[in-house]
Parts: sequence; C-alpha cells; structure tokens
Amino acid sequence: MVDRRHFIKKAAGGLAALGTWSLSLRPGLAADLVATDTEAATIMDKLPGKKALIKKSFRPPNYETPVNYFDAPFTPNDAFFVRYHHSVIPEVKTEEWRLRIGGEGIRTPLELTFEQLRRDFKQVEIAALCLCSGNRRSLFHVPGVQWGSGAMGNALWRGVRLKDVLAGCGIDKSAVEVSLDGADSAMHKTSPDFVKSLPLAKALDKNTLIAFEMNGEPLPHWNGFPARMIIPGWTATYWMKHLTAVNVLSKPFDGFWMKTAYRIPKARFASGQFNSQETLTNMPITEMVVNSLITNLVDGQLVPNAKSMEIRGVAWDGGEGIARVEISTDGGVRWHHAALKQDYGRFSWRQWRYDFEPKRLGEYRIMARATNKSGDSQPFKPIPNPSGYHHNAVQNIVIKLT
Amino acid sequence: MRTLFLLLSVFANLAAAGENQIVLKDGQGKNLVISQCAMCHSLDYITMHANILNRAGWEKTVGKMINIMGAPINNADKQVIINYLARNYGK
Repeated sequence: MVDRRHFIKKAAGGLAALGTWSLSLRPGLAADLVATDTEAATIMDKLPGKKALIKKSFRPPNYETPVNYFDAPFTPNDAFFVRYHHSVIPEVKTEEWRLRIGGEGIRTPLELTFEQLRRDFKQVEIAALCLCSGNRRSLFHVPGVQWGSGAMGNALWRGVRLKDVLAGCGIDKSAVEVSLDGADSAMHKTSPDFVKSLPLAKALDKNTLIAFEMNGEPLPHWNGFPARMIIPGWTATYWMKHLTAVNVLSKPFDGFWMKTAYRIPKARFASGQFNSQETLTNMPITEMVVNSLITNLVDGQLVPNAKSMEIRGVAWDGGEGIARVEISTDGGVRWHHAALKQDYGRFSWRQWRYDFEPKRLGEYRIMARATNKSGDSQPFKPIPNPSGYHHNAVQNIVIKLT
Repeated sequence: MRTLFLLLSVFANLAAAGENQIVLKDGQGKNLVISQCAMCHSLDYITMHANILNRAGWEKTVGKMINIMGAPINNADKQVIINYLARNYGK
C-alpha cells in the first residue's frame, strides 16, 4: 500500500513540519535551505523575537507554527504564527500610539492613548483560537500563501471590550458596520490598505476585544503590538493588528479586502451571515468551521516499539464549543471517542487524547473527526472554494508501527 | 492613517538577508522578474506557486498585481514576466 521509499520521503517532510529540524538549526543557519520549487525543503527561519518557524514568505512576513507546538493548550508567543498582507510594518511605540475612533456612524469622535485604553475601561481576558482563513490552503492547490496546518494558535488575550470603548461615542441609528485599520501598509500607495469591517452587532459583541496582552505578556511586535482586535470565533482576517483606527460606518465598507478578498460561496459552509456584505453568490468568510488536528503524529511517521501510544490533538469551531472527537485507527471503519481535556471556554480550542493499543505491527490509517455542540462535524472531503478557505476535511494519515 | 505611519519609525525589513537564499530558475526575463516583482514582495511568492498556477493563472495573478495592487509595470514588461513565470513555474 505504501512503500518504504514513500514512507521515508513523507516522514522527512513531516518531521520538518514538526520542527524537529528547527531544533538542530543554530540561529545563524536559520534560513540556510534553498527553495526553487514547491517540492523544496521546508525553510525554518527566525524573525526577531521569534523562535524558528516555517517560513512561507519573507516579505511580507508569513510564517507558520510547527505543529508540535500545538501539543500545549496555549501557543507560546515566540512561536505564534505571523501573517501580513503588506510589507511596511512600523515598530509602534506605545507613547506615540493613538487609537482614533470616528466615522459618520458616531456622534463624538474619540482619540485614546495606550494608557487611556488600559486605564479607562474594564479589562477582560478570553481564551481564543486565532486561525488564518487560509490555514491548510496548500491542500487545496489554489493560489495564495501555501499554508500547511500551522497558521493558527491558541492564546489568552487580555484587553478591553470594543463596545465599552464605543459606548462613550454615541452610535448613530444609521450605523451598519465598524471598520478596522492597522499601522501596517503597502510599498505602493496605490495598493489597497488592509482594512476590514465587522457587522455592527459583532463589533458590539461582549467578546470582541481590543487586546494588548497575549498569554500574560505584551503582544509581540509580529502579532500586533501594542494593540490588536480579537474577534473570538471568527477567522483571523478580522483580528486587525497594530490597531490605529476604528470607524463606525453607515454604509457597507467597500475596500478590496472586504469586497473582493476573503469571500466564500454562499450556503456552502456552516458559518454565520454578514448581511451587509453579501452578494447573490458570495459572502465574506465569518466564523471558523468545526475542525480538528492530530498534533503528535504526522503522515508517514514510523513509530518504533509501540505497544500502546497516545494519539493527541486539538479541536475547535466558531464558538459553539466541541461536543466530541472521534478517532479511527482503521481508516474510518470503527470510531472511538477521544477524551476531551480541560475546557478553557467556547472560543478556545479543545485538546483531546486517545489511548491506542495496537494488536500488531504495521500500518494504521489514523483519522480524527470533531463534532460541535450544534451537531456540525467535519466532512471527509474538503469543501471546494476558489480561495481555499475553511479546509476542515477529516485528517487521514498513515503511521507505521515497527 | 498614513500620516500616523510617517510619525512611527518605519521598520526596516530585517528579513531581507534571508531573501537572498531564494534562487529563481534561469530563463529569459528572469532579471526583469526579479527587479519588478521584488519591489513589493519576496520572490518566494513565485516559488511557492510553482505547479499551482498555469499560464492563465499567472496572467491573472500578474494582472492583479498591476491593476489592484498598483505595481508600476508596463505592458511590454508584463508580457515578459508572464512568459517567464508560465514557462518556469507553470503547472
């Protein structure tokens, strides 16, 4: 079924993705592999302040987290994935930073310093998964950053509620959306600035935060210092980094990153609406769909001396919460319940584990399938869409016990 | 917000050194591709899409870079770039 050569090749790629190679790289050698095509070796590279991550592109910086980091409930800040659309990324100083609240949909514009943001509003902390819309895009073979499984991370985010900040501004009855802008920009002024918008109701949701801490530390530069949006349950495209402007709008925002990019065909996914931005055929991506990932095994892995072994992973959705995770070790014939670990709240991913006691050596086809509390579960084939979003097909990997 | 950007110290691209590791295939138009495409992004965007875009896909992508992202590339150069990409990194 799977020959030895195949195993060696796949396992080598898998181990690179697991970060095993990164452990053997000295900092000075971080980017020492040359890529000339998609079959080329994984390049591990360190951005300043970060551990070696899987480099997808240098400029703008797009780096994914090796999957083995997902074995922990919270992803370390220095291993958290990095995703930018434009390459001019200012190093923001807190004393110079200002957040400007405006737009035709509010009565009193507001400008806040970093100190005011921290001091003048109630602080809250939420565990939430930050997941790039295009995570696992490489499995679709469509254009865009060719992400593997590591464009995500789970963190504890501390900040203030956007609704509390907007409360003093007087929201007009005409308001429909809230736009978000950050300090990063493109090389050419003609490129569309990365600006996103939210439906008013989502902007005013009690879980929508302007965060300034991540896992108890200030946000890393590459993850939005000094303040970023947290939109729990929604994909990370809305989680604006280096936030500088919030505008309450009385008509739908019509920028490129809303009208053209980050759109999915309508009625194809079990995720929520965005009425003010929908056309007859498509709509913006919104909530994450139910999904899971095996974090301690990769396709093609050889497992020596395995009498009993733990299969571990994470499962998540757009905020309903995970109801169950089922594991198959025989390619989907029989399914067994995995044990769900600690619940950090409905926006966090949920870790799970399953004790596998193989009766024989040889190959096993391992699958994991999550179901959320609404009864949505992962499909066995990815749901096609032009930009390769929402890849949530059941993983199907072969390991070999030797 | 652009005025604010100017007040903030613009971050020099520290990843630039790593970019030198990316080697494009030799072929007609390679130097033009390097000079035009690398103005805005690292060339791994090209290598990353090898065997994903066919000629029509590369035409669409280069068109997007010019028409939407505002890359200042003239029509003659555009054709040379598309030909290079389709020939060397086409599906």
